[in-house]
Amino acid sequence: MKILVNGAWRDTDAGDLAAALQELGYGDAVVATALNGEFVAAGSRPRARLNDGDRLEILAPMQGG
Amino acid sequence: MLNVYGTELRSRLLLGTSRYPSPAVLTAAVKASRAQVVTVSLRRESSGERAGQGFWSIIRELGVRVLPNTAGCHSVKEAVTTAHMAREVFGTSWIKLEVIGEDDTLQPDVFGLVEAARTLAADGFQVFPYTTEDLVVADRLLDAGCRLLMPWGAPIGSGRGLNNLFGLKALRAHFPDVPLVIDAGIGLPSHATQAMELGFDALLINTAVAQAADPVRMAAAFAQAVEAGYEGRLAGPMEPRDMATPSTPVIGTAFLR
Repeated sequence: MKILVNGAWRDTDAGDLAAALQELGYGDAVVATALNGEFVAAGSRPRARLNDGDRLEILAPMQGG
Repeated sequence: MLNVYGTELRSRLLLGTSRYPSPAVLTAAVKASRAQVVTVSLRRESSGERAGQGFWSIIRELGVRVLPNTAGCHSVKEAVTTAHMAREVFGTSWIKLEVIGEDDTLQPDVFGLVEAARTLAADGFQVFPYTTEDLVVADRLLDAGCRLLMPWGAPIGSGRGLNNLFGLKALRAHFPDVPLVIDAGIGLPSHATQAMELGFDALLINTAVAQAADPVRMAAAFAQAVEAGYEGRLAGPMEPRDMATPSTPVIGTAFLR
């Protein structure tokens, strides 16, 4: 299936958000996630099922004012 | 000491971490500013570059508190979701809440701001709302659960100083016991001194330091400027007069005509 990851379409076989992060190469990176505009806490990622066309945002610390 | 949601801060200068020429200059500027709080943000992370991981390790090594922002959010939903993501990543309930309503001035959408502040305060966040000097909005933000306000001095990144002195003075006078932190628009150390002399509790500064020819030197200058304004305020300034008053005693002046 295809999901939109940070604005770019990616093919994935991952069934849930935790597996998708591993597959996409984030491993142990400090990131926060939102699925279809809703925050998904780190502890809830294994229970967040993915579907074709889902929008996934993966954010990390960045400079800010 | 400045009390911010129960945290005592010695420094009344909060520093932004954006737009520095290099990570090394950022690190040196934070140290020179003596700031105990720096602002940070969240952006999309590429799994290949992992730029955010490097930045985060630099900030952690500085040993300062972080104040995450919701910069770039134009709706209540975006701001609330971003705040939840920031709380998890940065491990703090502090959130500098920005809901932008207009792109040319980056003026806050104060209606969305109040709504988002109420939602976040109910969710256990300690909200630092980026707002205007409007008294009624300030009252609504306090009613929504904010215990501190961050009125703008001028539009973000403009360096124009305190645009609306009358409005800012009125805000200070109207809420004497609420910590008020001037956020945005400061360009010169003298602007910071002026804000502190008016009785504001602290300032958040970014571009004026980061975009200076020598950001580290400017960070130190702002530290001194904030301190000078604070001490000047406490010392009780004299009242200005329209006419001259001799400062040297006139009694005993020699007659030499």
